[in-house]
Amino acid sequence: MKNVKVLGSGCKRCVATAEMVQAEAARLGVPVEIEKVTDYVAIAGYGILSTPGIVIDGKVVHTGGLPKSEDLAQWLLA
Amino acid sequence: MTANAPPVMAGSRRPASPLIWLAGCAGALILWLVVYLQLASSAEWVVSLMTVERESRLGEAIAFFAYDTPKVLLLLTLVVFGMGVVRSFFSPERTRALLAGRREAFGNVAAAALGIVTPFCSCSAVPLFIGFVSAGIPLGVTFSFLVAAPMVNEVALGLLFGLVGWQVALTYLVFGLVVAIVSGWVIGRLHLEGWLEEWVRNVRAGALDLPVARITVVDRIKAGIEAVRDIVARVWIWIIAGIAVGAFIHGYVPAQALASIMGREHWWSVPAAVLVGVPLYSNAAGIIPVVQALLGKGAAIGTVLAFMMSVTALSFPEMIILRKVMTLRLIAVFAAVVASGILAVGFLFNALFD
Repeated sequence: MKNVKVLGSGCKRCVATAEMVQAEAARLGVPVEIEKVTDYVAIAGYGILSTPGIVIDGKVVHTGGLPKSEDLAQWLLA
Repeated sequence: MTANAPPVMAGSRRPASPLIWLAGCAGALILWLVVYLQLASSAEWVVSLMTVERESRLGEAIAFFAYDTPKVLLLLTLVVFGMGVVRSFFSPERTRALLAGRREAFGNVAAAALGIVTPFCSCSAVPLFIGFVSAGIPLGVTFSFLVAAPMVNEVALGLLFGLVGWQVALTYLVFGLVVAIVSGWVIGRLHLEGWLEEWVRNVRAGALDLPVARITVVDRIKAGIEAVRDIVARVWIWIIAGIAVGAFIHGYVPAQALASIMGREHWWSVPAAVLVGVPLYSNAAGIIPVVQALLGKGAAIGTVLAFMMSVTALSFPEMIILRKVMTLRLIAVFAAVVASGILAVGFLFNALFD
């Protein structure tokens, strides 16, 4: 089970990012647990400056803007 | 499949050739130019189709609308595309690395300039602010960035360029930067770090070690296209509405009618323009076409510049977002310093130009 955190204050893109992660994980058959992190202190703690950010198993893989689905697949399968 | 077919990795696509994309860009640019050069004649043609006198008020209004709408959308598309490509070279993380350790003064200039080219959305203002401050970037330098980023934006520049001319767009860019640099520097001199919210001062931002993604030429072109799709799709309706109002003003409001209230004779027209601009943030795209029509009816250039800057730089939504990290006192000082800078630009231009 991979733990995926979507960092963001709840803007439209953050919601869309979480949906993309969900869809991509379902497509690849990777079991994930998606968590939305909206707390600014927690977000800042990861060192990211632009939201949405994606953290997979404790590691920041993406910041700022929607991710590409190819990249998402790569991160989820890693 | 034959035995001697080259091995193809499952799921991988052939990488798109950069040459094809560059050729596509060149082709699109040529097409753009051809369309652009036809605009004036096709606008006249549209008016001639209607059963109105070209010299009548309605004829004037229709000609204005038929010429300005495609012209502005074309120029805006070009500017937004160009900015999208330029921004693919920057990221907030990279900007932070460039600004960290810079001293004030030079730092303010660098921050304002980077504010133009760094991808920024006001929804990320808080993480960005915390990230800058906790990386040791001085408060004033951070403010220079925060003022320049929304003020000198591609929509404002593209629309000013398309509607009012490149001279005004360039003036707006230069003096927008000056306002951002000076207000950030002034805020830095005031030493207001204590007016941040308590928790912000204690945040230790984690160091980020993102693997550097390889960005190809094709990715940059795609970033430009993405910017066009995102921004132009969002603002075109406002622009058309704004041009429609502008067309009405153009055709029906008598010339010099506005000279009495927005002209340079009245000192209070500049502060009034700044005040009116604050709540209009979300409609910046619709406002510029109206402003352009106002200019033609006797509004003074300084008043108009101040109005535009106020619309983009002083926005209620952004202040509400920033309230999470700043005390009200700090927000008030920030707004007052930026507003003073904008007023100075307005007065300066009204004094310099008739």
